[in-house]
Amino acid sequence: MHFQLTREQEMVRKMMRDFTENEVRPLAAEIDETGRFPMETVEKMNRYGMMGMIIPKEYGGAGADEISYAIAVEELSRACATTGVICSAHNSLACWPIWKYGTEEQKQKYLMPLAKGEKLGAFGLTEPNAGTDAAGQQTTAVLDGDAWVLNGTKIFITNGGTADIYVIFAMTDKSKGVKGISAFIVEKGTSGFSIGKKEKKMGIRGSATTELIFENCRIPKENLLGTQGKGFAIAMSTLDGGRIGIAAQALGIAQGALDETVKYIQQREQFGKPIGKFQALQFEVADMETRVNASRWLVYNAAWRKSAGLSYGKEAAMAKLFAAETAMYVTTKAVQLHGGYGYTQDYPVERMMRDAKITEIYEGTSEVQRMVIAGAVIR
Amino acid sequence: MKIIVCVKQVPDTNEVKIDPVKGTLIRDGVPSILNPDDKNALEEALRLKDKMEDVQVTVITMGPPQADEVLRECLAMGADEAILLSDKAFAGADTWATSNTLAAAIRKIGDYDIIFAGRQAIDGDTAQVGPQLAERLGIPQVSYVQEFEMDGDTIRVQRALEDGYEIIKARKPVLLTAIKELNKPRYMSIGGIYDAFREKEVKVWTLADIDVKKDEVGLEASPTQVKRSFTPEPKGKGVMLQGTTKEMVEQLVIHLKQKHVI
Repeated sequence: MHFQLTREQEMVRKMMRDFTENEVRPLAAEIDETGRFPMETVEKMNRYGMMGMIIPKEYGGAGADEISYAIAVEELSRACATTGVICSAHNSLACWPIWKYGTEEQKQKYLMPLAKGEKLGAFGLTEPNAGTDAAGQQTTAVLDGDAWVLNGTKIFITNGGTADIYVIFAMTDKSKGVKGISAFIVEKGTSGFSIGKKEKKMGIRGSATTELIFENCRIPKENLLGTQGKGFAIAMSTLDGGRIGIAAQALGIAQGALDETVKYIQQREQFGKPIGKFQALQFEVADMETRVNASRWLVYNAAWRKSAGLSYGKEAAMAKLFAAETAMYVTTKAVQLHGGYGYTQDYPVERMMRDAKITEIYEGTSEVQRMVIAGAVIR
Repeated sequence: MKIIVCVKQVPDTNEVKIDPVKGTLIRDGVPSILNPDDKNALEEALRLKDKMEDVQVTVITMGPPQADEVLRECLAMGADEAILLSDKAFAGADTWATSNTLAAAIRKIGDYDIIFAGRQAIDGDTAQVGPQLAERLGIPQVSYVQEFEMDGDTIRVQRALEDGYEIIKARKPVLLTAIKELNKPRYMSIGGIYDAFREKEVKVWTLADIDVKKDEVGLEASPTQVKRSFTPEPKGKGVMLQGTTKEMVEQLVIHLKQKHVI
C-alpha cells in the first residue's frame, strides 16, 4: 500500500492549480456578490477537458481516473466553490449516469456533446415533497404512443436553466413504489419543459439553482434511461458517485479557508507579534490541518475504489460526511481566526463559510450519509 | 510542416535562493518548471497546428532525466513528440556546448521548417542558445518575436526593440525566439495529460545517438567559466519627504546638494 499520486494525477493538480489561480479565483468574489453564472469559466473548462473528465475518450471525454477528477473539483473549490459544483454536477450527475446506463444511441446523441463540453448537464431528482425521501416522487411519466409525457416540478436543481441536457426522474407506476420510478433524458427547449424560480442562496451563489417545471412535456420514447422501474437504483448509484464530487468540493473549500488562515495569522500582528505565534491559535490550525488531511484521504480512497471497480457507496458517504463537516468546521474557525475582518467581505473566508454549509445538505444531507454508512455496517 | 520547439526545465526563480558561501543556486526543494518564454514558443507552434493540417510539433530539451517532466507538460499541451537529450557527457554545458549538442540532435531530426525557442531561460538569462543554434545550423534567425504571421513559405514577424519593433520577413527554415508578448500560452488539458503518459513517448537520446564528438559537448567543451555568483546588495530604504510641496522641494534641494547631484 502506498499513498502516492500517479504522475498523471500530480500533473492534473498542477494544471488545475494554474488554471484556477488565473481563471477562477479572480471571479470568485464577483460571482458570489452578483449571483451571476460564470459561463465564461464553463467555456474554458470545456476547452481543457474538465467537463467530461471521467468519460472514456471514445465518448468524447478525457478518460481520467476518479482521483484526478476529485483533484480537479478540489482545486477549483479551493478558490471558488461555485465553479467546483458546476463541474461536479455536470460530471457526476449528468455524464456518468448516461455513460453507465445509456444505450449506444443515447451515448452518441447526449453523452458525446456533454463529455466534449459542447453542452452542459444537470440532474433532477429533488421535488418539493421528495427531498431526503427521494422515493416519494410526484412527477409522473406516462407512455402515450411513441412518447413519454412528463408532469411535475423539480426543485433545487444545480445548473438548472443553464444546462442543455437533464437526467430526470419520474414515477411511471405509482403502485410499485420505489420500483415504479424511471429515469429519462430531457433536452432543454422541449415543449412543456420550462425553468421556474431561481433560488437566492446563502452560498455557492454563482451556481444556478432552479425549479424545473414539466407540463405535458412529451419526450421521445427512446429517452428512457436504463430500464423502466430502475430509476431509483440509477439515482442512488449516481449519487454514490456524486458524493465523491461534493466531498472533493468540501475538501477544496476547507483547504482554501485553511490556506487563507495560515497566511493571515502570520501577517496580522497583535500584542507586538504575529497572532500565529500564539499557541492557542497554532493548536486551532493543527486541528484544521489534521481534519483537512483526514478528509483528503477519505475522498481519494472512495475515488480510488470507484476507479478500481470496488464497492464505494459507504466510502463515498463517509468521505462526503466527514469532508462536509470539516468544511464547516474549518471555515468557521477560519472566520474566527480572522476576527472582525473575517466577518467582512474584504476577506474570502466569509464567502467560504457560507459556501461550506451546502456541502452538509445537498446530494444527501449528513443525516442521510449516516444512514448509508450505518446501513452498510449494521446488516 | 515540421516545427521544432526548444525548451528548458528551470528552477522556479521566484522560489530560488543562492548559497551565500558557495555562490551556487540552492535547488533543493525548489520546484522545477517549464521556462516561461519556452511556453510562448510552444504556444505559437501549437497555434499553427490548430490552424493547419499536417503540422508536426516536436519538443526537444537537453537535461537530466527529471527533465522528462517538462516534456510531458509540452505533450499535455498538445505537442506530438518529445526528445530528451540526456547523457552524463552533456553535463555542465554552457551555451556554446548546449547549442552544439542541440544542433547535432536537430540535424538528426532533419527536414524542419521552423524552430521556435524561448528568448531566454530564467535561470541563466543569457538569451544565447537560440541565436547560437541558428548559426550552427546555418539558418536565418529572428530574436524577440512579438508577433508572427505565415503566408505560404514567407514568414513575417515583429521583432521587439526597446522603443518599438522591426518587421522582418524570412523564408523557411528559420529560427525564431519568442517573448511573452507573442501570445498567451494555453494550459495543459486533462485529456492531454493522459495522452502524454499513455499514448505519447519521450525519446531519450544519448551522446551515442547524435553525430557529435564527446569533446564537443558538456563541461569540457564549455569556454564559459563562472568566476563568482553573488546576490546583489539590496538598495537601502528610500526617504519619503513630508510636508507641503514647498517644504518638500526645499528638503529635496538640500538632499540633492548634499549628494553633490546639483
